[in-house]
Amino acid sequence: MLRLYGKIFKTGVITEKVRKPGRQGAEPDEFVQTGEQLRQIVDRRFRGSLAIRQVDAGSCNGCELEIHAINNAYYDVERFGVHFVASPRHADILMVTGPVSRHMEEALRRTWEATPEPKWVIAVGDCGACGGEFGVSYASCGAVSNVIPVDLAIPGCPPTPLALLQGLLTLCGRL
Amino acid sequence: MNPITGIDAYHAFGLKLAEAGLPLRSVDPSPLAPAKVLELAPTDWGKAAAVARAESWRWAGVWAEDCGPQLTVQACLEKQGCYVLLHTAVDSAHPVLPSHTHSYWAAERPERQLQDMFGLRFEDHPDPRRWARHQAWGDTEHPLRKDYPVAGTRSGPTPPDKDYAFLRAHGPSVYEIPVGPVHAGIIEPGHFRFLAVGETVLHLEERLGYVHKGIEKIAEGRDPQGLARLAGRVSGDSTVGHAWAACMAMERAARIEIPARAASLRAIFAERERVINHLWDLAARCNDVGFAFGYYQFGRLREQWLRENREWFGHRLLMDRIVPGGVATDLASEAAAKMGKTIVRLRRELDELLTILDANSSLEDRFLGAGVLSAELAAALGALGFVGRSSGQSFDVRRDAPYAPYDRLEVRVPVETQGDVSSRFWVRYKELRAALRLLESLLVNLPAGEIAATWGEPPADAQGFAAVEGWRGEILAFVRFATDNRIARYWPRDPSTVNWPALEKLVLGNIVPDFPVCNKSVNGSYSGHDL
Repeated sequence: MLRLYGKIFKTGVITEKVRKPGRQGAEPDEFVQTGEQLRQIVDRRFRGSLAIRQVDAGSCNGCELEIHAINNAYYDVERFGVHFVASPRHADILMVTGPVSRHMEEALRRTWEATPEPKWVIAVGDCGACGGEFGVSYASCGAVSNVIPVDLAIPGCPPTPLALLQGLLTLCGRL
Repeated sequence: MNPITGIDAYHAFGLKLAEAGLPLRSVDPSPLAPAKVLELAPTDWGKAAAVARAESWRWAGVWAEDCGPQLTVQACLEKQGCYVLLHTAVDSAHPVLPSHTHSYWAAERPERQLQDMFGLRFEDHPDPRRWARHQAWGDTEHPLRKDYPVAGTRSGPTPPDKDYAFLRAHGPSVYEIPVGPVHAGIIEPGHFRFLAVGETVLHLEERLGYVHKGIEKIAEGRDPQGLARLAGRVSGDSTVGHAWAACMAMERAARIEIPARAASLRAIFAERERVINHLWDLAARCNDVGFAFGYYQFGRLREQWLRENREWFGHRLLMDRIVPGGVATDLASEAAAKMGKTIVRLRRELDELLTILDANSSLEDRFLGAGVLSAELAAALGALGFVGRSSGQSFDVRRDAPYAPYDRLEVRVPVETQGDVSSRFWVRYKELRAALRLLESLLVNLPAGEIAATWGEPPADAQGFAAVEGWRGEILAFVRFATDNRIARYWPRDPSTVNWPALEKLVLGNIVPDFPVCNKSVNGSYSGHDL
């Protein structure tokens, strides 16, 4: 047990802090600055808590890996008031990865219907945005917007954690 | 392992088939070398599987091709590193074959998949329910037939799949728990139907196919670059593995030798993918039993490696780094030096974490004895990767059917026999250490030279078959070219396809709340299975 605490103290807080520009690479700084702007909006418009329900509607699981990453200790998106919830009934935003497979079409629609108003939908990844590598076929409806209304698309294959956060900021900035 | 033994096994198999009175023809030279091809009459299809089972061949997959008047079917068997493809052809208008399911548990779902996709009926199949098909196409339609349009035949919303006949239980105190397809986390969709008594799982039935995206169909007509991109998205977490398998199959079809440096770089990508996914799953498994410390520590290490991928190779998950003929990104010598240092650093961190985890009794409480897959079941299924290796199945393509550059490396394959969640945790940990060793020797012996060979158009009808060891286990790929450098058929087989049925068995008798950790300890890919 002592070793465990020792490791925790030795690791310290690795969550990236606001640094003066120019030190230690651009991305982390940009991530935090984007996050800070997002937090101000979340504080103002969502009383400090923005709830996201992630729905995989047919993704190759690449986007899921990066959505997970924004929760790791480096990015720690929760500090900006953003958190992922287990039910669409608790969500403000649906973050949908695609392409929407035809076999997930109805499940996605029902998830969207189960989300209380006001609600917003973000299509994540090239596939969610436009069908990507899979497009429209006998098995795929392509873009998320072909199935439910989409407020914002975050392209990328998959989008990086920074792109995901910037997308959230863009959407919330419009509200 | 000595490659001679595989050939001996193949000859012995031929003799046994002849003894059983099955007329067969060995196609020589094999169009799918190094795999062997044995042609059989359709009526002997089931008997051949029975002989193979008796001879302890592992059943690895089955695929079909629409060749106009005939459907050809090939089943893949493996023993001691030797791959044999059983080949037969049936009439397209009335395609019927005996089933392999009686000899091989692993054949059950893939045969149902062929039934849905090609209309191929396995006459004595014990479970003729549909598998790949939900409601996106009708029961008389078969998407992988050449006359079926890629756009499908249905317009308007796809109805929900309501009438799939799950196994039901009757009697007092048995209840059903339906879970999914939308799960309560950042995970892929699939449906699990539990039958439980109190807290105990009596039965679990998986219903997959929700993320079926028509990968095999939309592969048709692509050029090699396009197929490599698609293969890299069969399962995003195994992008390197699938792209490598598809490219190797295409290169064998086109008879292209990739430069030695390209092979080593592919292996560096593959081992990095293994390290990153193993770290992530160790993290996730700690999370599933509420051990936040492990989740954040392993997650932290994973993020460091993802960032290095971005810095050195231009993509965090290494998508599209493997291209037909070689690789798209070289490794600069400064980056190689840095990589050597981060390997040392990761090993030191792992040492430290191992001591902490090992002494943690709450972790041990949840892992030990949970979700046991017996060695007998694993062998009967032909379980792959860390799932197989935690239950006594030591097969590893890198060691047993080595391809460049693993043919000149020593690949250590950790094996355990306990078969529980704990075994699957520690095998992952040991594989992680072995991958670090491999990375070090790859870096030391990195050949100089080109990173890609010039692509040469393969002749029409050229075909290739490849097996590589992804982080989940053996990945197979078959490719046939049409004319003009276009793909006529692509069949990928993710190890998850084989391993998914193991979860239904290993969770039995466990409590429902242990399902997440049992599931995560197997970690099948939904996308890789559903295609």
